[in-house]
Amino acid sequence: MLAKRIIPCLDIKNGMVVKGTNFSGIREVLPPVELAQFYNLSGADELVFYDITASAEGRKLFTDTLKQVASCIFIPLTVGGGISSLQDFDVALKCGADKVSVNSGAISDPSLIGKAAKMYGNQCVVLSMDVKRVDGKFTVFSHGGRINTGICADEWAYRGQEEGAGELVLNSIDTDGVKGGFDTEMLNKVCKRLSIPVIASGGAGKKEDFLSLFRSVPKADAGLAASVFHFKEINIQELKIYLKQNGIQMRTDAHMA
Amino acid sequence: MIAIVDYGVGNLYSLSSSLNYLGIENAVTSDKNAINNSSAIILPGVGAFADAYKKLENCNLIPLLNSQVKAGKPLLGICLGMQMLFDKSYEYGEHKGLGYISGIVAPLSADLNGQKVPHMGWNSLEFTRPSPLYKYVQNGDYVYFVHSYYAKECGGNTTAVAGYGGVKVTASVECGNVFGTQYHPEKSGGTGLKILKAFSEIK
Repeated sequence: MLAKRIIPCLDIKNGMVVKGTNFSGIREVLPPVELAQFYNLSGADELVFYDITASAEGRKLFTDTLKQVASCIFIPLTVGGGISSLQDFDVALKCGADKVSVNSGAISDPSLIGKAAKMYGNQCVVLSMDVKRVDGKFTVFSHGGRINTGICADEWAYRGQEEGAGELVLNSIDTDGVKGGFDTEMLNKVCKRLSIPVIASGGAGKKEDFLSLFRSVPKADAGLAASVFHFKEINIQELKIYLKQNGIQMRTDAHMA
Repeated sequence: MIAIVDYGVGNLYSLSSSLNYLGIENAVTSDKNAINNSSAIILPGVGAFADAYKKLENCNLIPLLNSQVKAGKPLLGICLGMQMLFDKSYEYGEHKGLGYISGIVAPLSADLNGQKVPHMGWNSLEFTRPSPLYKYVQNGDYVYFVHSYYAKECGGNTTAVAGYGGVKVTASVECGNVFGTQYHPEKSGGTGLKILKAFSEIK
C-alpha cells in the first residue's frame, strides 16, 4: 500500500533557507544542504524548495544550491517559485529537480501546464494553489497570496488536472501560519472531483493535526509544512512513528546506506 | 566502471550522484567503447515507451546491448528502462521491446478499482523470491514509484511486488544477468542506495 507522505518545505532566499519569522520576530537563516541532509536522515519523504529571491544573482545561487542538494539527497525534490515558462522547467530539472511546481505562472497562462506535461510527463508538473475564503467561497489567490484572482478554487484545481498536472498542492491562506490544523473543510471541497495526488499545506502546528488531516481528508496523499519542522517543534521521525501507530501507512525505514 | 546509458531520455543526474555517493565509479555515456568496457550497465528511462525505444534504436545501441547481455554482463533497467527489457508494451499501441525477460507491459488503470494513476509515491516491497539485489534490504522496505504502466505475465522472473489498489504491481524482475526495477532506486533514500550497492557487487 502506498504510504502517506510528510514533506518539509524550504524557502530559499539568496542561497539560504529562510526560516520565516519566529515569535521573537527574528528571521533566521540556515545552509540549505545541511538542513536538507537533516530532513533526509529524519525521514522526510520528499523535499520542496521554493525560490523566493527576485534578483538574477539570487536565482544563480538558487540553482547552485539545488545542484548541491540533488547531489547528496536521494529522495524526490520538487522545485517552485517564479516558474512561468518551459525554460524555467528546464532549468529546474537540469539542476536535479524531479518535479516542478507552478502557481501564478499557470494562472496567467494555463496552457503552460499542458505544454510542460507533454514535454516532461504529467508526473513532473505540480500545480500549486493558494486558496482563501471570500464571501464564503473558496477562491484562488496569486502572487504569494497577495492578489485575488476571483477564480473558484475547485474549478481551477479540476482544470489543472485536465490540463495535465500530475499533482496538486493546496495551501490554505486562512489556516497558514495559524498552527491550528489543516483546512480540512477546504481540502475536502476542492479535492472532491480530483483523481491526482493532493498535498495539503497550511496550518500544521502539532502531530495530531497530521493525524486529523489523513483521517478526515482521505484524498490527501501528503502533508506539507515548514516552520514546525524548521523550528523543531515537530520531529519528522517521531511524527511518522506516531501516525503509523495510529493506523496511517508510513515509511519509517529511512536510513542511509 | 558502471555505464549509465545516455540515449537522450530523462535526468541521469541523480543516478550518477547516487553512485558517486556510494563511491562507485560510473559514467553517463552513449559511447560504445565505454559501454563495452564497463563492468555493468544501467539502462534508465522516463517518458513514453515507443519514444524511448526509438531513441535507443537511433543511437544504434540495441545490437551492443544484446551482445553485452549475451556475454553475461549485469544489466539493470530502471523504470521505463525495466519496461523495455520485456517482449512488448501496450502503451499507446503495441510495441516491441528488447525481449530479455518474458512479460508484457500494460496500463495499470485497466486493473485498478479506481485508484489514482500514476502509481506515485513510496510503496513497500514484498519479496517473491530471493535476489542478490536485495542483499542489504528487508522485506517491507519502502521504495519510490512513479509509473502508469506495469509489467505483467513475467512468470517466475518477478523478485518483488508492491500492493496497490488490489493489484500486485511488479516491482522488480530478474532473469540471469538481467535485472529490472520499476521503482527508482536513485530516489528511494537509503534503501535505494543499498539496492544500487548490491547491484554494483554482482559479478
